[in-house]
Amino acid sequence: MKEDKLVIGGHEFSSRFILGSGKYNLDLIKAAVENAGAEIITLAVRRANTQGGENILDYIPKGVTLLPNTSGARNAEEAVRIARLAREVGCGDFIKIEVIHDSKYLLPDNYETIRATEMLAKEGFIVMPYMYPDLNAARDLVNAGAASIMPLAAPIGSNKGLATKEFIRILVEEIDLPIIVDAGIGRPSQACEVMEMGVDAVMANTAIATAGDIPAMAEAFGKAVEAGRSAYLAGLGRVIDKASASSPLTGFLNS
Amino acid sequence: MPKEMNESILNEEILKDMKKERINHMEYMEGMEVLEDSTVMDQVISAMKEYDYERYTEADVRRALDKEDRGPEDFAALLSPAADPFLEEMAEKSMLETRKHFGNSVYLFTPLYISNYCENYCIYCGFNCHNKIRRAKLDAEGIEKEMAAIAKSGLEEILILTGESRHMSDVKYIGEACKIARKYFKMVGLEVYPMNSDEYAYLHDCGADYITVFQETYNSDKYETLHLSGHKRIFPYRVNAQERALKGGMRGVAFAALLGLDDFRKDAFATGMHAYLLQRKYPHAEISFSCPRLRPIVNNDKINPMDVHERQLLQVMTAYRLFMPFAGLTISTRERAEFRDHVIGLAATKISAGVSTGIGSHSEEEEKGDDQFEIADTRNVDEVVAAIKNRGLQPVMNDYVFV
Repeated sequence: MKEDKLVIGGHEFSSRFILGSGKYNLDLIKAAVENAGAEIITLAVRRANTQGGENILDYIPKGVTLLPNTSGARNAEEAVRIARLAREVGCGDFIKIEVIHDSKYLLPDNYETIRATEMLAKEGFIVMPYMYPDLNAARDLVNAGAASIMPLAAPIGSNKGLATKEFIRILVEEIDLPIIVDAGIGRPSQACEVMEMGVDAVMANTAIATAGDIPAMAEAFGKAVEAGRSAYLAGLGRVIDKASASSPLTGFLNS
Repeated sequence: MPKEMNESILNEEILKDMKKERINHMEYMEGMEVLEDSTVMDQVISAMKEYDYERYTEADVRRALDKEDRGPEDFAALLSPAADPFLEEMAEKSMLETRKHFGNSVYLFTPLYISNYCENYCIYCGFNCHNKIRRAKLDAEGIEKEMAAIAKSGLEEILILTGESRHMSDVKYIGEACKIARKYFKMVGLEVYPMNSDEYAYLHDCGADYITVFQETYNSDKYETLHLSGHKRIFPYRVNAQERALKGGMRGVAFAALLGLDDFRKDAFATGMHAYLLQRKYPHAEISFSCPRLRPIVNNDKINPMDVHERQLLQVMTAYRLFMPFAGLTISTRERAEFRDHVIGLAATKISAGVSTGIGSHSEEEEKGDDQFEIADTRNVDEVVAAIKNRGLQPVMNDYVFV
């Protein structure tokens, strides 16, 4: 059987769990890598941008891919500047675009995100835009050169689960790039549920960061993501959603 | 003497000066920018006037606490006396919200006073122009020396303060201080006199991105009796400072009433409404609160915040958090160390350390200029960092990039 890899911008990953950057916590990074098998860790450039003391960059284990994000950007131009800064400080070519100019709900601005994606893809970045799950915007992101699409499940940090499930399902159906669900996943069961739907990877942070036992919750997420993926590959979702009878329903017809 | 005045502020000289004729505090002075289209101040003031906190019942508080998203009416209930028996539950919910939005991060900063010259006569403030204190102003070299000394402590965020004198600390001078600060710090905030939006834009270009303006009190009648002369006397110009700062391109604005000057429940309600309405109008604006209480000053060690005890202060802080869970909340050295250590992670998200409210004391043994007020927590950065860790929280020096 062919190995099941997640491919983003030509890079292959075995793990489909990505650690988000929301809550800054060094124990969390360790748990995500060791207990959840994360191979990609998101990092807010604004927080890594530190002079002394505990530098978060020092805590990223070797072999883990850094996914710097542009949090703090309020428009496309600011996102581009932060992305360039990330490259300058040695964070590589991956960039997760976050353009937010709403301090209450922290909802991304799809229009500015599309603009930033276009500019950064032209500069050779592997662009992973965080977006509100809108099919038209997702198509624009594909055309703008995105390497994956990262729709939100619910507002950042809200732990509200799969508020946008139906719209993510449409993206899974219609968009050929990897779909990575980001933000709002509160429980391992929800991570499993979106993976069963055919989402390519899941990003979580707050749900693990605020758990009573961080390593144990990281492990639970890792397993949930794997279980969901296996279920998707096994075709379980289709059995439930659509009738697929064991013998043809039209077999009684005379040919 | 005006009704319900905090008598601890007063002395004979002030009482005499209060009898003198004063200019109209509602009329803009020449050169002050007027935001013709803004209705924010009127909305805040009318909401505050209508706020009758005695009419709220325990049932109103219960309803507010049980909600997931809270509006102005819930905020009003949480600030009312009826909420007092619920303080423990407010604290529990406040902690959950704080953790949800900020994780276990606690941000650190320190204020740097670069000048204590002032042209205002605010009768409760140590810097007021009639208070006989040692005045000083740091030059560029002095500012650099102070900043270098502060940066050595590991801090990456600084709040630059001046007394309110456009003459002694003009916008250009403040701008130069911002430029020096950018060399030593990642994040630069300002707590200086209110100015016009083009001046805020200039200071933004110099490297500042956050503006703090304490309104002191939102009761304009009381305000008028506390600010006897100087440009600060002009009430509407001060209220609209945050909006002008946002128009000037600042990323964030901070709000505060100085608790103990007037009816603290009304002032806290107005402060919250001010922040709430501006955030609705400028959704990108980063909002934060401070909760200062009156403190003793040089030449008057008896000043106190009247009926705002720690219990009331905590009620105000948790009410802010439950009303605007995403807003920053700074805890000042006006409060004692133990109080500060317990409110971080519970409601507060930012704490100052290594604080001096005088001039020149970070790099010199001897202060050049006297303090604005007496602080209650003199711990240095290492001590505050240790206290944060001790509470299972994480000290964060910076989470910001200037773009």
